Amino acid sequence: MSKHTLSVLVENKPGVLARIAALFSRRGFNIDSLAVGPTEHPEISRMTVVVDVEALPLEQVTKQLNKLVEVLKVVELEPTASVQREILLVKVRTDLHSRSHVLETVQLFRAKVVDVASDTLTIEVTGNRDKLSAFLEVLEPFGVKELVQSGMVAIGRGSRSITDRALRSA
Amino acid sequence: MAQQARAKAPAGVTGAQSLVLALEAMDVDTVFGIPGGAILPAYDPLLDSVKVRHILVRHEQGAGHAAEGYASATGKVGVCMATSGPGATNLVTAIADAYMDSVPIVAITGQVSSAAIGTDAFQEADIRGITMPITKHNYLVTDASQIPRVVAEAFHIASTGRPGPVLVDISKDALQARTTFSWPPKFDLPGYRPVARPHNKQIREAARLIAQARRPVFYVGGGVIRAGASQALREFVDLTQIPVVTTLMARGAVPDSHPLHLGMPGMHGSVAAVTALQKADLLITLGARFDDRVTGQLSTFAPEAKVIHADVDPAEISKNRTADVPIVGDVLDVIQELKGAVAADQAAGHSGDYGAWQDLTAGWKSTFPLGYSTPEGGDTVAPQHVIERIGAISGPESVYVAGVGQHQMWAAQFVQYERPNAWLNSGGLGTMGYAVPAAMGAKVAQPDRTVWAIDGDGCFQMTNQELATCVINNIPIKVAIINNSSLGMVRQWQSLFYNERYSNTDLHTSVGSRIPDFVKLAEAYGCVGLRCERPEDVDATIKKAMEINDVPVVVDFVVHRDAMVWPMVPAGVSNDAIQVAKDTAPQWDREDDEADEQGVVDQLEAGREGR
Repeated sequence: MSKHTLSVLVENKPGVLARIAALFSRRGFNIDSLAVGPTEHPEISRMTVVVDVEALPLEQVTKQLNKLVEVLKVVELEPTASVQREILLVKVRTDLHSRSHVLETVQLFRAKVVDVASDTLTIEVTGNRDKLSAFLEVLEPFGVKELVQSGMVAIGRGSRSITDRALRSA
Repeated sequence: MAQQARAKAPAGVTGAQSLVLALEAMDVDTVFGIPGGAILPAYDPLLDSVKVRHILVRHEQGAGHAAEGYASATGKVGVCMATSGPGATNLVTAIADAYMDSVPIVAITGQVSSAAIGTDAFQEADIRGITMPITKHNYLVTDASQIPRVVAEAFHIASTGRPGPVLVDISKDALQARTTFSWPPKFDLPGYRPVARPHNKQIREAARLIAQARRPVFYVGGGVIRAGASQALREFVDLTQIPVVTTLMARGAVPDSHPLHLGMPGMHGSVAAVTALQKADLLITLGARFDDRVTGQLSTFAPEAKVIHADVDPAEISKNRTADVPIVGDVLDVIQELKGAVAADQAAGHSGDYGAWQDLTAGWKSTFPLGYSTPEGGDTVAPQHVIERIGAISGPESVYVAGVGQHQMWAAQFVQYERPNAWLNSGGLGTMGYAVPAAMGAKVAQPDRTVWAIDGDGCFQMTNQELATCVINNIPIKVAIINNSSLGMVRQWQSLFYNERYSNTDLHTSVGSRIPDFVKLAEAYGCVGLRCERPEDVDATIKKAMEINDVPVVVDFVVHRDAMVWPMVPAGVSNDAIQVAKDTAPQWDREDDEADEQGVVDQLEAGREGR
């Protein structure tokens, strides 16, 4: 199995997310992560789906997605030709002794502290998956009380826009 | 489609009137359905419509299958209607059936008022969510002004590209609200691009493979019938002289009487059709989808064949079997263009040489014809004989509609199909209970044709309530119950694979008792009920049924219960393991004794030298 990142442009209509999630479950495809949000065009939403499949099933995923009436465009984003980011919010146990160590780690990873309590720090960090797991590994010994992570969002490098072209073909 | 309909200036109406006006504008002449709370507003203007005939069925599943039968017999979109909750969920089986067999239907359901959606209101079910995986597309409408657009889009989506079911769920308040109706509405489907032109390069490559092939076979699926491409295909077959197999969904796409027609492939296919696919060096696949009931064990299916795969749905291509030449497009366009390319090749002197292969496949066809054994003693009726005689007496212009099971396979094997849309059945989903309501729908669509439901005693008991609908609405279908007192196909598997342990397959409909007595049941509904229990009465009974055309006829053909469907490829094994009868493999002639690839190739070489 290998991971593939798909950008799916869909009409911004109720039920689209359910339709796509249902398609993945019905066809037996594994979703690794999924993120949905608006685009620069109010009528279009963009989903970034990371799927864990071989090449042939990936072709099926793409074809089946394209069959959905509300799907405008499906593009695979290659890791080398795109920027891929996730966001992580993590609540770490700290005391007077460990706080400076944690802050040092925050600086090293270019993360930032978004909330402070007497015995915890809440930290925000963005990056690709490798960076986030490296960050968590370093924080682990201090004691992670709670964490939440977003799905991946991704955008192609260079000046071209996939939404422009989707609108034109639509 | 909507653009062609008569234009209507905006007029003030209710949502319900708007719905009926939209159906009229789509040239809908028949709706099968049952009213109920949430859909009630729509039924009021329906009463006044002179264009739309509403046929009140007895169960929503019947409405769904009737819409399918209507659509499958004519190619037009079938329409069914139901209320919210249980009304809508009762449509689900028929919708799933239409999805699997690419039948264009539009299902309209009432929904609870938009303010009550999500509150577990009385008769509330999320039918849009429920039907997402079994519709081509579906809608929830809560704004009356959207009704004309959604109806137009629904018909467009159902009938274009790969056809399929579309569900339109409309909330009660949207049906009651005041709105305006104007026609045609503006489509808004930027993500729906149903048909691509076949790619020139692929057409040329396909033509090249066809010219080079020595053992090509047309593997023809139901898409050819849905695309209305039967006539074009026949011309293409005549041009190329390549043998043809037609799948369960494609029976009639090429006439059975055509000399190059080898029959149906698959689990219960003819030896010639199954073997031709196994030995082929090229499959010209048209509107077929390499279903597991055709391929058997996929890894051993047609092992030497290159594959040309043409389908309107890109997702079918290389889904199960990788295509060497994929062609996306309407199969009618594909056939026309391929025909042009092959004709050009032939004119340039590049004709395929399939003479030896034709001889070989024709030899298999004559050596291993479909057949059946007459029950010992000669006093019980062979089910195959009944079906064969119905086909012979009623003829190729009739419509034959089957349920699911042994009788379905025999009806596919022993009725001779000479035209498309004459054979209706539930192929993909395998829905028992399809026959009676689908036959009803077909008869409504084509009242001048004789419509036979060839049904099983098990299937019949799932939907026979629609006989009431048929009697009351003057829809005189004919039903042949192939009554073996069992769930016959399951019983056959129990005979073959479960040591004859007949767990829960005895239906008591003829052996030992008649529960129910189908003749009395038919009469209770106001149909004519006939019974035939002796081989010598079969023809006379069928002829009698043929003479009754003012009311539905139900014939209880009491048949031999141990009859089995042959040939058979057991589930999950290679098609090479085809058996013509229990534990009996085909006995090949000495020269193709080694029925391996090399043997066939040698024969072909020898044949060519002899020419």
